[in-house]
Amino acid sequence: MTNTPLSAGIVAGRLAPAELQQNFADLHPPLDDHEALVAADRCYFCHDAPCITACPTDIDIPLFIRQIATGTPEAAAKTIFDQNILGGMCARVCPTETLCEEACVREIAEGKPVEIGQLQRYATDRLMTRGEHPFSRANPTGKRVAVVGAGPAGLACAHRLAMKGHDVVIFDARAKPGGLNEFGIAAYKSVDGFAEQEVDWLLKIGGITVETGKALGNGLTLEGLSGEYDAVFLGIGLGGVNALGLEGEDRDGVEDAVSFIADLRQASDLAALPVGRDVVVIGGGMTAVDAAVQSKLLGALNVSLVYRRGRDRMNASAYEQDLAASKGVRIITNARPVAVHGNGAVREVEFEYVTDDQKPTGEGFRLPADQLFKAIGQTLEGEALPELEGRKIRVTGAGRTSLPNVWAGGDCAAGGDDLTVTAVAEGRDAAEDIHAGLMG
Amino acid sequence: MANLASDFVGIKSPNPFWLASAPPTDKEYNVRRAFEAGWGGVVWKTLGAEGPPIVNVNGPRYGAIYGADRRLLGLNNIELITDRELQQNLKEIKAVKRDYPDRAVVVSIMVPCEEEAWKAILPAVEETGADGVELNFGCPHGMAERGMGSAVGQVPEYIEMVTRWVKQYSRLPCIVKLTPNVTSILPPAMAAARGGADAVSLINTVKSITNVDLDHFSPFPMIDGKGSHGGYCGPAVKPIALNMVAEIARQEETRGLPISGIGGVTTWRDAAEFMALGAGNVQVCTAAMTYGFKIVQEMISGLSQYLDEKDMEMSDLIGRAVPNFVEWQHLNLNHVTKAVIDQDACIQCGRCYAACEDTSHQAIAMSDDRVFTVKEEECVACNLCVDVCPVEDCITMRTLEAGEMDLRTGLRVSAEHGDWTTHPNNPAARQAAE
Repeated sequence: MTNTPLSAGIVAGRLAPAELQQNFADLHPPLDDHEALVAADRCYFCHDAPCITACPTDIDIPLFIRQIATGTPEAAAKTIFDQNILGGMCARVCPTETLCEEACVREIAEGKPVEIGQLQRYATDRLMTRGEHPFSRANPTGKRVAVVGAGPAGLACAHRLAMKGHDVVIFDARAKPGGLNEFGIAAYKSVDGFAEQEVDWLLKIGGITVETGKALGNGLTLEGLSGEYDAVFLGIGLGGVNALGLEGEDRDGVEDAVSFIADLRQASDLAALPVGRDVVVIGGGMTAVDAAVQSKLLGALNVSLVYRRGRDRMNASAYEQDLAASKGVRIITNARPVAVHGNGAVREVEFEYVTDDQKPTGEGFRLPADQLFKAIGQTLEGEALPELEGRKIRVTGAGRTSLPNVWAGGDCAAGGDDLTVTAVAEGRDAAEDIHAGLMG
Repeated sequence: MANLASDFVGIKSPNPFWLASAPPTDKEYNVRRAFEAGWGGVVWKTLGAEGPPIVNVNGPRYGAIYGADRRLLGLNNIELITDRELQQNLKEIKAVKRDYPDRAVVVSIMVPCEEEAWKAILPAVEETGADGVELNFGCPHGMAERGMGSAVGQVPEYIEMVTRWVKQYSRLPCIVKLTPNVTSILPPAMAAARGGADAVSLINTVKSITNVDLDHFSPFPMIDGKGSHGGYCGPAVKPIALNMVAEIARQEETRGLPISGIGGVTTWRDAAEFMALGAGNVQVCTAAMTYGFKIVQEMISGLSQYLDEKDMEMSDLIGRAVPNFVEWQHLNLNHVTKAVIDQDACIQCGRCYAACEDTSHQAIAMSDDRVFTVKEEECVACNLCVDVCPVEDCITMRTLEAGEMDLRTGLRVSAEHGDWTTHPNNPAARQAAE
């Protein structure tokens, strides 16, 4: 190894392979049987439980925990998958601290919620590692549905439609299905190729064909799909990345955080993945945290995450912020970038401090940077889409768009948080609505 | 610090906590460790007659019932009396008593219902220097099939007969250990008293099957595919034991008969409850088997602190709750309470609501934002909400003042005592008034 965290520039191999392996190991190692029983015992089996209400997919959490506690994790998994076919991934990536676990009455009682996410993973892993698919298809309906986008929304929609007996074709722009589960989540949250395994497992329902390398504007048109299929579901996510709009933004070393995260997820050898010595991430959401933490774990010497508002306004949860801090990421708030300096490649990023209402304070600072990640939000891309609401597709009811027989869900649709679990709920509900429409 | 020194039917011990006759008191090694840990006394595990000792199974001896977090609530045992040579046990008892003269050493005995058998063993026990004997008329498994243990304890005439022999052939204080596997505990207790027993101890274990192996379809503990009933003990049996102790303490026929309380005593609080219901001391087994001998330190400190806080002597505690243990018909029907939910303590789990709405009187309201309140006009004060609430003291029962309106009945609360014996709905009461 020739490089170290001190090596200047954007270089690979800053850390020894063993250290990299340790850094990117499972963030939350799975519960073993004993830990799961202890954790499950803490559930009070609340009436009309607040955790269910807090779950975008309405998983019957007290029931599945009771099923774990009584030694039937496979039944628990079925309870989870009934509502959320991507319950395995959601168990890993859901910000449970702001959803079910925040609502847990033991959070109120003791500040220590039942470990719902971990228990969900315990149950779903148990069933999935048995290789069984717990659902079967209804009799064929002869109806065909096109799903555009093989991310969480599209997969959930396709699975539910296939269960109902429809034939589904999923199109995706990338070479692999999975969407953000495959390309957009920090590596230590989904280890050992889980996203890919999950898609393979989900497709065991049958009746779903996946066609990769195809997207609206790339071999597909919405008009064409509408003509060919009985219904269309758009789960196309947000393909564009917001720009900073700064002078010097085109300098070398200025990159989109989402590309960095995707490259990292697909890398077969982390030691071959280059990262800067002084990394600056601009943004305050999960993408920003994921990029910052992973830069640090790859061996960057200094990583700063800079956000224009206060910590309480960050989209990344307090838990994610603490995770970043614990890994050595410096979080700077109330600072806005004003210029990217350098000669060809970025050398420094200049910021000014702003007030909570974004007024300049006159104070500023510069951070040395050989790599700058932009993580200030993604945008919807595409032409001839249904009507928009703001910058997303307008939907009413269970994902109905302005076009007949076209539904939309997930990040590309207006409303709801941009979370995996929300996308699953929207895809599932759209499928139910499509089914009702097709069979009505 | 309160004085916990105990004198139970003349047997002195530095505290009222004895280890019951059971696996923990089978050998000198264990008993020495118990005394070092601070136990006031032991009842040595039951000795049988001279000769080839009994044998135990070589598979599992215990079954268990668990609460949350695998907390042991009940244990079921198919171990028999000591399987060691009589002379070995006697030698060890003598050695222990010599080294711990201030501790109580009582020897449990179970020999056949023959006068000669008792006549033979008693002098040998007495010779060890032991402080007393306990007659094992309780064990419900194994020995009962051979006409001993609970087979004796279920027949008052046998109890009386054997107790008489023991008093005839030994000067030692005699404690008769009773089995709960009877419809009423009073006839066996009365029989012991008639036979001259100095005290009774109870309860022995309850006949039980703790669970069934659902792969092999056999009761557990399973020995080569078969199971036998065992004796149930531990916290789960405490309510049964308390009732039987209290029955003996309050009934005219048995009142005043000294009682050594046994059955699920796990903490100082359990011990205090047994004593309040009439036990002169307590015996412990399952708690020690679960946590080790060290628990006695908590029992000593806890009981001592309690007595100090109450400014009571141990003698003030013993039997103090007995006069308040009455028959249902004497409970005051004019005493009206209503559940009250402390909204600050409530964690909004809704278990009170589910319990009341599904299984009781629909007396708890739930708002859209999960605020739970008691509907006094429906509340019968059953206490179920208190029992299922996971937060201690979150739900309490408020006693209505005399003159206050009971919204459920529409009647004002009477200041007078009024029970079933005088209630107009009671045919017997009506008759008496006519």
